[in-house]
Amino acid sequence: MVKKVGIEVSVAVADAAKLANVDVIAAYPITPQTHIVEHLAQIVADGELDAAYIPVESEHSVMSACCGASATGARTFTATAGQGLELMHEVMYVASAMQLPIVMAVANRALSAPLSVWGDHSDAMAVRDTGWIQIFVENGQEAVDNVLCAFRIAEDQRVLLPVMIHLDGFYLSHVIEPVGFPEQSEVDQFIPPYQYPLPLNPDKPVTMGAFAPPFIYSEAKKVQDVNLRASKEVIMECWKEFGNRFKRHYSPVESYRSEGTKVLLLTMGSFGETAMTAIDKMRGEGKKVGLLKLRLWRPFPFAEIRQAVKGAEVLIVLDRSLSYGGPGGPVCSEIRSALYQQEKKPQVISFIGGLGGRDITPAGFEEIITRGIEISQTGSDQEFELFGVRE
Amino acid sequence: MTKRDDQLTWKDLRIGSIVAEPGSASQYQTGTWRSQRPLFDSSKCIKCGMCYIFCPEGCVEQNTEGYFEANLFYCKGCGICARECWPRAITMVEEEE
Repeated sequence: MVKKVGIEVSVAVADAAKLANVDVIAAYPITPQTHIVEHLAQIVADGELDAAYIPVESEHSVMSACCGASATGARTFTATAGQGLELMHEVMYVASAMQLPIVMAVANRALSAPLSVWGDHSDAMAVRDTGWIQIFVENGQEAVDNVLCAFRIAEDQRVLLPVMIHLDGFYLSHVIEPVGFPEQSEVDQFIPPYQYPLPLNPDKPVTMGAFAPPFIYSEAKKVQDVNLRASKEVIMECWKEFGNRFKRHYSPVESYRSEGTKVLLLTMGSFGETAMTAIDKMRGEGKKVGLLKLRLWRPFPFAEIRQAVKGAEVLIVLDRSLSYGGPGGPVCSEIRSALYQQEKKPQVISFIGGLGGRDITPAGFEEIITRGIEISQTGSDQEFELFGVRE
Repeated sequence: MTKRDDQLTWKDLRIGSIVAEPGSASQYQTGTWRSQRPLFDSSKCIKCGMCYIFCPEGCVEQNTEGYFEANLFYCKGCGICARECWPRAITMVEEEE
């Protein structure tokens, strides 16, 4: 049995990248990601990890350096948050379309203005369509496990796509949690060295990111979509293998006390932990409510979501990001769209909360569920409700 | 690959749409972009090579008699050669077809 240690989650994420024996790290510090790259810089400077650490002048250069490194076949890691992720934005499309298996941890942070260094999912939602595999984690252990899985998924020859691990800024990045680390030898077996099939090589030159006239661009985009969708099978295979080896199990949509319940709450990221406490209390009072946690954001797990809500009459979705002037919560609108064609589907009620680091307590989750049930009965003329906002 | 580039399906593309044949861009016919073509008048040409130097496509070549001409497979019809030719030996004419 692995002994657990109390460790700051950012440091644990850095240690996971070390265990994965990365070759190149390019990074620029930004709250609340700073401790991840700071600790990695220390590890490399101390000679504990034989890697090139590239401190660059901006996140745009971070992602560019990562693309270059990954294109040579180097195992590449980075981390960022909020505005930093936004500054990487255009290069992130290049990483996915060029099929460069970069792994990036994102300590999710709200976007300015007004300036907020605190956590929400605005940064993650803004990079939704960049073509990366995206996984949300709920606690420190999940962050470590999924950083390890991310390398195995990204580098699988059937996938070769970049992977983002989303961990909530501060809620996870800055808390000390009990985390168990696998042995180096176990990780080495789980993530063996890999060979990029067509790396940059002066002796065998290739062109990456060549221009594509109108006659071929659609084909390039189609193959990208097909590959990202197909990666789900490999992701699930990886999680299964991880479970076999390390006895912790992951799936695209996770259910908590949801069997036979008519009312479900769905969250993504660290809020799942608090929501479980609220569900336990409400179940104790005889209220039939359950919880769904969406772990895999891209590729979107359509079949698993449809299966998970079967039999439910009310599905309350809590987003931590707002699509101004649009349907409200990005997660909710995708779930609505995934269920729209289903003959039998629950009413989907949209809440947005926890913006810019606003806490939602167990009592808050109870309130959301109670209010969601009320809306399902009375209806509402609003697309969503912003939970806890002062009127 | 034996298929022409504009016949490739999405299944034919390499990982990351990588191009693995060096120099394959030379097969790309930029001449189809052209709406005007340069006409070279050898009676006015003094073989100075200004058209050769200024052609941004690098498609102006010298023939065996020393006169310059544009390779119409690549020539995009930008007209820079005609503008720079000070003896006025190059005229841009509309592509009719």
